[in-house]
Amino acid sequence: MSELEITASAAGRPGAQDAEQSGRPAEAARRPRINAVEIAAGLLALLLLTAAIAPQLLAPGDPLAIDPLSAFGAPSWTHWFGTDESGRDIYTRVIDGARDSLVIGVSATLIGLGLGAVLGTAAGTLGAAVDFTVNRFLEVLFAFPGLLLALLFILVFGPGAGSAIVAVGLSTAPGYARIIRAQLVRVRSSAFVEAATVQGLSRARILGRHILPNTLAPLLVLGTLGVGQAIVWAAALSYLGLGAQPPAAEWGAMLAAGRTYITSAWWMSFFPGLFIVLTAVCATALGRAIERRMRHA
Amino acid sequence: MSAADAVPLAVPMSGRPAPALRVRNLSVGFGSQTVVRGVSLELAPGECLAIVGESGSGKSVTARSLLGLAGAGAQVSADEISLAGESVLGLNESAWRRRRGRDVGLVLQDALASLDPLRPIAREIGDSLRLHTKLDGAARSRRVLEVLTAVGLPDPELYAGRLSGELSGGQRQRALIAAALALDPPLLIADEPTTALDVTVQAQVLDLLEEIRDRGTAILLISHDLAVVSRIANRIAVMHDGRIIETGTPNEVLGRPTHPETRRMLAAVPVDKPRGTRLAPAPEPLLTPEQTAGAGRLRVAERPSAPATEVTSGSPGAAPDARTPSSPDLALEGIGLNKTFRGPHGTVQHAVDDVNFSLPRGRTLGIVGESGSGKTTTARLALALTPADSGVVRLLGEPWSVLPEKQRRARRRLVGAVYQDVLASFDPRLSVREILRHAVAVAAPDGRDGANRRAGEARVGALLDDVGLSAALLDRRPTDLSGGQRQRVGIARALASRPQILICDEPVSALDVSVQAQVLDLLDELQRELALTLLFISHDLGVIQHVSDQVAVMHAGRIVETGPAEQVFAQPAHPYTEALLAAVPRLV
Repeated sequence: MSELEITASAAGRPGAQDAEQSGRPAEAARRPRINAVEIAAGLLALLLLTAAIAPQLLAPGDPLAIDPLSAFGAPSWTHWFGTDESGRDIYTRVIDGARDSLVIGVSATLIGLGLGAVLGTAAGTLGAAVDFTVNRFLEVLFAFPGLLLALLFILVFGPGAGSAIVAVGLSTAPGYARIIRAQLVRVRSSAFVEAATVQGLSRARILGRHILPNTLAPLLVLGTLGVGQAIVWAAALSYLGLGAQPPAAEWGAMLAAGRTYITSAWWMSFFPGLFIVLTAVCATALGRAIERRMRHA
Repeated sequence: MSAADAVPLAVPMSGRPAPALRVRNLSVGFGSQTVVRGVSLELAPGECLAIVGESGSGKSVTARSLLGLAGAGAQVSADEISLAGESVLGLNESAWRRRRGRDVGLVLQDALASLDPLRPIAREIGDSLRLHTKLDGAARSRRVLEVLTAVGLPDPELYAGRLSGELSGGQRQRALIAAALALDPPLLIADEPTTALDVTVQAQVLDLLEEIRDRGTAILLISHDLAVVSRIANRIAVMHDGRIIETGTPNEVLGRPTHPETRRMLAAVPVDKPRGTRLAPAPEPLLTPEQTAGAGRLRVAERPSAPATEVTSGSPGAAPDARTPSSPDLALEGIGLNKTFRGPHGTVQHAVDDVNFSLPRGRTLGIVGESGSGKTTTARLALALTPADSGVVRLLGEPWSVLPEKQRRARRRLVGAVYQDVLASFDPRLSVREILRHAVAVAAPDGRDGANRRAGEARVGALLDDVGLSAALLDRRPTDLSGGQRQRVGIARALASRPQILICDEPVSALDVSVQAQVLDLLDELQRELALTLLFISHDLGVIQHVSDQVAVMHAGRIVETGPAEQVFAQPAHPYTEALLAAVPRLV
C-alpha cells in the first residue's frame, strides 16, 4: 500500500485501506446497510410509541367502556380484534395497553441498568474489598431465578404496577452489574488506558475520560435489548395477577383475563400476546441494529 | 534432519513434465473491487516459487483461489488453473474438498489458530488420511509418525499425542506442515509460514521447506519478506496492486530489479544499511517553502556527541551503585533490574534478570531479542508501568521508578511511548484530532480559555506536520487509517508533551517493509530535530542495526551482549548473538 497517500490523497476512501490490510474486500469493512428487518422494527417501534403517547390517534374509543350485548365478539370490521367478556373492544385495549407495558418495560430497565451500573462500577473501581463484597452479593442474587426474585419482592411490597416495575428492575440488575463490571475490568487493562497513564493523566481523569465512557457506551445496546425482556417479565407478573390489576388495559393482565375463555374466545389472549411478542422482538431487533453500528463506529 | 527418506514420495520421475501448477490470467474480484488482475504462474515439481508483495497486493487471495478458497462473494475468473495437469477451474465445493489435501496442501501463518486446541496433533494430521484414503487406524498412525519424522519433530511418538497448545511455535508450524504433507500432495502452498516465528525458528522452518522442495514437492511460498524467500525460492514473483510486476530468479530480482516498485521494496529493507541512511524515497513535497527551510535543518543538524552508552548485565562489580549520583548526561538509566512473574502451578519466570543499561542524551539504545526474552518487560520497567522486584530506573539523573505515581505523574511528560499495537493504544471513541488534543492538553494542563484552545489547535497541527500527516486526517478515526498512518499518529501523540526520551516497543513490527522504512526515517529525523533519546525495542536485528548507536542483546531475561552497534553486528562476542545473526535472512 502506498504510504505516499498520506500526503497525496488523504481525503476520501475511508476504511478502504484498512480492508486492504486485512486482505478483505472493502465492502466488508463498510458500515452495515439498513436492512428490511430493521426497517420493519423501526416502523413497529414508531407505531408502539404513537400508541403509548397518543392512543386516541389509533383507537379513539374508551378502553374501559363495556357493552355487555356484544360480549365475546369474534374479530370483525367493527371490532378488529374482537371483544372480551364485558364487550370491551380488544383493539382499543391493546393500543391503550401499549403505554402501560412500555412504561413498565422502560422504567424497569432503567432501574435495572442504574442499579447495575452503580454496583458494577463500584466493584470495578473501588478496590478489591468492594469488588469481593459486590461479587458475593451478586452471586447470592444470581442463585435465585430472576422472576422468583421479582415474586419475592412483590410478596413483601404487595402487587401493583409500581411494584412490578421495581421488582423487574431489581431482578435484572445483577446481570447488568456483572456485564458492566466485566467491561470495566477489560477497559481498565486495555492498552489505551496504559497509554493515558504514560502520558501522565491522573487516575480520576483516566476514569472519567477513558474508562467510564468506554464502559457505559454498550449500555445503550444492553438497555434496548433489556426493554424487550422487561416487558415480557412485567407481562408475566401481571398474568400472575401480581402486576397491573384488571380491568386495567395492560397486556399481561389482558392475557390472564382471556385465559379462562381460551377455548371459546382465542382472540382475548391472542392479540395481547401478539403485541407482547412484537414489542419484545422489535426491541431486540433495534438493540441488535444499534450494536452492529456501534461495532463499526 | 536425516529422516528425509522416511517418506516415500510420488515424484513424477522424468517422462511426465506436467507442471505441478499452471495458472493463466487469473483475476479475482470482490464486488466492484478487483484485487487480482491477470496473474499467470507456472510451477514445476520440485521447484519453489515465491510470491512476494506487501499487504493488499493480492498475494494471499491468489494463493487461496488456487485452493478454491477465495472466499464468499469472490468472483474468480481465469483462462486456466490446473493442478498437476488437471484443470480445476470452476470445480464445485465437493469436488474441491476431494482435492484439497490430496492434490494441494496449505500451510498458514498462524499455526496456533490453524490447529484445533482440543485435539492431539496426531488426530489433526490423521484427519486428511481418514477422509481421503482407505487406510486403517494402524496404517494411519504409522503414516502420521512418518510425516512427523519427516518434518523433523524430535521424538514423534511423544509429540503425536500432544495438543497444539503444548508445542512451541516452531513445533506447531512443523506439525502444520506435517498435516499438509500427510497425503503427499504434489503442491504445497505456504502462506507466510514463518512470519509469526522467531528468527532462529524461522531459519529452521525454512530449512525444512527447502528439504521438502528437494524431495520433489512443488512449493508456492507467499511472503511479504524478500529476504526470507530469497533463501529457498528458485523463482520470485513480485506482486503489486494485484499484478505480478516482476519475475525472475532471486539473483535477478534482488540483484537487478527492473520494476521501480521492486526497487523501492528492496531499498526499504533496513538490514546492513548504516545509521541515518534514508530507507524510503523522500516524501512528496507537501511542505510550504518556509517549512522546507525547516526540513532542511533536520538534515544539517549533527548528532550530539555524547559518551557511549553503557549496558551491562550480571556483573555486579561493574554495575554502578544505585546510591551514587549519576551523571546528568544520562537520559535514562536502569540499575540492577529484576522482575519475576508467577505463572500457574507455582512456576516462576524470571522475565528480567539483573539488567543494567545507561542511555546518554540524544542517543539510541536498541534492545533486541526473541519473543519471551524480556524486552517488553524491560520497556515497561523503564516506563515505570511495572514495579521492579529490585533495582531502580533513573530519569535524567533523578529518581524515577522509586517515586510514588503521584509525583511521577508530573515528570511523565518527559517520556513518550510508541507501541507496536498502536490501534489498541487509542481510545476507540476518539478521532485523530481528539487523541492529539487530549495529549496536548495533558502536557499543558492549565486553562481552557480561547487563546489556550487556539494554541492547542496550532500545536496539534504542528505535530501532524512533524510526523508528515495531512490535516485532512484529523477527523478520521484511527480504524480508518492505514497502519503507517496510525503509527505516525501514535508518534505524534508521544511527541505532544515535548518529551526528551521516546521508548519505542516494536514500533514497526506490524508494518509493511516500505511503510516501516518511512517510519524509521521519520523517527531518525525527529531524533535529530528534537534531540530525542530513544530506547528502541525490536525482535528484528535489521531494524535494530539500522537505528541503534548501542545494542543490547537479550536472551532469557538477561542482557547477553552489549556494545556499539557496529561492533556487536560485525564481531558478535556471545554465541547467542552469533546464532541470532546467522539466522537472519539476508538479501542474496
